[in-house]
Amino acid sequence: MSAEILAPPPSVGDVARGRVRRALRRRTVAAVLALLVAGTFLAYLMVGDTCYPVDDVLRVVVGEQVPGASFTVGRLRLPRAVLAVAAGFSFGLAGATFQTMLRNPLASPDVIGISSGASAAAALAIVTLSLDETQVSVLAVVAALAVALLVYVLAFKDGVVGTRLILIGIGISAMLDSVISYVLSQAAEWDLQEASRWLTGSLNNAAWRETVPVLVALAVLGPVLLSRVRHLSAMQLGDDTAAALGVRTERTRVTVIVAAVGLIAFATAAAGPIAFVAFLSGPIAARLVGPGGPVLMPAGLVGALLVLVADFTGQNAFGTRLPVGVVTGVLGAPYLIHLIVRSNRTGGSL
Amino acid sequence: MNRTGTRHVPNTTVPPSTTVPPDAVAPSRPPVLERARARLLWLGVAVVVLAVLAPASLAYGSRDIPWSDVWSALGGADATLGEAAASKRIPRTVLAVLIGAALGLAGAVMQGVTRNPLADPGVLGVNMGASLAVVVAVAYFGLASPTGYIWTAMTGAALTAGFVYAVGSLGRGGATPLKLALAGAAISAAFASLVTAVVLPRNDIAGGFRLWQVGGVGGASFERTGQVAPFLAAGFVLCLLSARGLNSLALGDEVAAGIGERVAVVRGVAALGAVVLCGAATAVAGPIGFVGLVVPHTCRLLIGVDHRWLLPFAALLGAALLTAADVIGRVVARPAEIDVGIVTALLGAPFFIWIVRKQKVRAL
Repeated sequence: MSAEILAPPPSVGDVARGRVRRALRRRTVAAVLALLVAGTFLAYLMVGDTCYPVDDVLRVVVGEQVPGASFTVGRLRLPRAVLAVAAGFSFGLAGATFQTMLRNPLASPDVIGISSGASAAAALAIVTLSLDETQVSVLAVVAALAVALLVYVLAFKDGVVGTRLILIGIGISAMLDSVISYVLSQAAEWDLQEASRWLTGSLNNAAWRETVPVLVALAVLGPVLLSRVRHLSAMQLGDDTAAALGVRTERTRVTVIVAAVGLIAFATAAAGPIAFVAFLSGPIAARLVGPGGPVLMPAGLVGALLVLVADFTGQNAFGTRLPVGVVTGVLGAPYLIHLIVRSNRTGGSL
Repeated sequence: MNRTGTRHVPNTTVPPSTTVPPDAVAPSRPPVLERARARLLWLGVAVVVLAVLAPASLAYGSRDIPWSDVWSALGGADATLGEAAASKRIPRTVLAVLIGAALGLAGAVMQGVTRNPLADPGVLGVNMGASLAVVVAVAYFGLASPTGYIWTAMTGAALTAGFVYAVGSLGRGGATPLKLALAGAAISAAFASLVTAVVLPRNDIAGGFRLWQVGGVGGASFERTGQVAPFLAAGFVLCLLSARGLNSLALGDEVAAGIGERVAVVRGVAALGAVVLCGAATAVAGPIGFVGLVVPHTCRLLIGVDHRWLLPFAALLGAALLTAADVIGRVVARPAEIDVGIVTALLGAPFFIWIVRKQKVRAL
């Protein structure tokens, strides 16, 4: 930053060229990521305990009946892969939204307790109350919004400061994780499947009736967030500047928070709070896109890719089948530590 | 300090009873004496509370037992159903008392060593580090011996404590309370995720997910308690010995050094004591959080900041708190039990949030 300030003012031509170059890089990154997601998606459908050739898989995807493959690929792998992409995209998009809005990579929904809130509500709804998918999603959304509001209100004291918000979020998160453990211990017997799902995230329950609500939520709320990218970028300069640029800051903030929390809640109700995906996607996308650009779309793609690859690895690479959240948790934990070290060393906003 | 004598003899500390100048009017109750009386009173209250809670922990649970059966179970009888149940709860209660005392004391010492009101074996990640060390050693290095558990847990606790402190004190301003707490909480979250990753896919790790992620005293036995007892005793001694030094540290490192305190030695001994307590406690009861946060604050409110009083009081109150939390966990969810780590998190996290809110934060 300081080097840019000290350098002689760039000419108009330089600025324009830089802008074009960055836009090009952003588009290239997004295109490459989209291709990687598509390729991994296909590989995910093909490879497993039994492998199927590409043409069989494609015929199943377009709806033809193929003996054997129709069941394995169409009924088992396809909904799971679609849920992986949809949930990953939701987590990545919502996580990057929070990180951008609060200008702090630690302020992601899975660190400050919003995912835990959705997960606690969903676990309660499914394990204890045996509700159906719609009710579970509604309850998860309500709980996640309530947690977001609670964290914000508790962190508010002459304004909201990043560190305080994050620590309070971590405290709330500790309580909610205890609630999840409590709900799980109240179940008739300790169910490993349910435990993995609500504590760390798992796609083992994926079927179309879990996957469809996530897809619908993403189709409705995703465009809401992506259309606010410019407003968010302006708000990163501060509310006053953004208002001067014509952004209605309060309205944008409320819309964006509700949409992002909704995405988190729907994805969590289906797949659990897949560990650290919301936290990891934004910074990875920012690294790929380069400084200064909006990262929402690339972050969504990174999230989708992360969940697909992690679940694929968890299913096939080890002797036992690991839930996806275990794999992403192992990836995310060192990065979380790295981030704390780096932000302390550079004396950033912490 | 001594408001009665200072007007006539400034700059000298005057023992209240012996050398008070004759013209100074001795108040009916010298403040020092009054404070000592208040401290003794609270100490007595804490002892009574613990003395009530421990038998209550034998009597209340998924099945309530008449006091007569509790009494005879304490005498060794286990003929009736009630006596058998009560005698099964004896090791559990003993363990809760010991672990609670260890965590309360460790929290008070950690707050003194780091001069940080947010320090706690759970918040700073020390317990989760101990837990991670144990599960990794069990899962990948075939750790099986009970003493091995304790040594591994203590090593994990020590490494984590050093790491968290190092990370928290990087950069501008050194280890400010919020920076240290954030480093600890984030590292704790990261380690919790790794513990999940190690334990969840395997069902051959003793205690399983709930012990090593949440913590509890449900699986207590006199045998295992006996194995950690010497370590806990060593930790208690180290911590209590550093009480006077911690009082000096509270004045700031420069002043402490100026009045002849060996700052590094005090810090080292106290931190070692706390780490031994955390490691030993986690080895047998898992990573129980927030006890070490809530207890010292309550103690300071009741009996003040003198560590010579604070530390024993924190141990007593910690024991009372964990015993109470364990009883609550057994009573509210009958016939099931809530692990004590869940109860302490639900009770302690709001307290944590309250202290975070009280902290002054440097704006962006």
